[in-house]
Amino acid sequence: MNWLLVVAGGMLGAPLRYVTDRAVQLRHGSPFPWGTLVVNITGCLILGTLTGATLAGATSESVRLLLGTGLCGALTTYSTFSYETLRLAEKGRGRYAAAYVGASLAVGLGAAFLAAVVGEAAWG
Amino acid sequence: MTEVPQPGGRAGRVHPVEPIDPDVEVALPVPPDHRWRGQGAPVAMVALGGGLGSAARYGAGELWPTAPAAFPWTTLGVNVAGCAAIGVLMVLITEARTAHRLVRPFLGAGVLGGFTTFSTYAVDVQRLVVEEGRAAAGVGYLALTLVTAVAAVWAAQAVTRSAVRRSSSGGGAPRVAAGAAGGEGDA
Repeated sequence: MNWLLVVAGGMLGAPLRYVTDRAVQLRHGSPFPWGTLVVNITGCLILGTLTGATLAGATSESVRLLLGTGLCGALTTYSTFSYETLRLAEKGRGRYAAAYVGASLAVGLGAAFLAAVVGEAAWG
Repeated sequence: MTEVPQPGGRAGRVHPVEPIDPDVEVALPVPPDHRWRGQGAPVAMVALGGGLGSAARYGAGELWPTAPAAFPWTTLGVNVAGCAAIGVLMVLITEARTAHRLVRPFLGAGVLGGFTTFSTYAVDVQRLVVEEGRAAAGVGYLALTLVTAVAAVWAAQAVTRSAVRRSSSGGGAPRVAAGAAGGEGDA
């Protein structure tokens, strides 16, 4: 049952990332990977909220497996993030690479930290 | 002399943006009515791969569980392994040979995208720093993942390139696609 929840969440999260990424990337003319940045930050917000709710004792293991391990795990990606970073750097766009890493870490972590606090307060 | 038209001046189609994102391999700009044409099969492959990749990540966590206060070695290993794998994959399908158009959505965006995770990484840092009060471990984990992940992509690409070159040196030159913008009119 646990495996099914994870797979179901993953089968939802991955295509959601693909479609969002594509929709964002096809709408602007810059090589900056806005699409991946958007899905990674969104996933951090959702997982942070879930973590806060868990600290408040408001989640079941099923919800954590489906939404956390499955959905958020697959919605966000480290492989595409680091591939894009390296590719930007190799194409001579070192500033974009640095800005991409900086924005992903600062906003992603900020989103996770804040959402955990808000989630714990909301469900506490 | 007669007037010679500028070769390579205005005539050729210009790609204003080189594709950086491995999951959006089309050359921009794309007309709005072409954006989602033929995307049903890739989206289905991403879903299938995403389910498999997520299951593999969950399995790794079951095999090597991380205690609540411990350094998240398993997530670090999963992310670095996924980054090495995308380095191999991208060299194989964009430089070494032409792959079926569903290979990249299935393996790249699906399996590896589902296997690796940024959200767990961020929440792991939050847990170490805020809940466990281990700021140094949190920052160390943050930096170690970033550096080893990017290094893994780089090293995997280099090793794969040299392996491809070696294996094809016997019979003819390797087929090298001219960048990602080459022949990818699969829209």
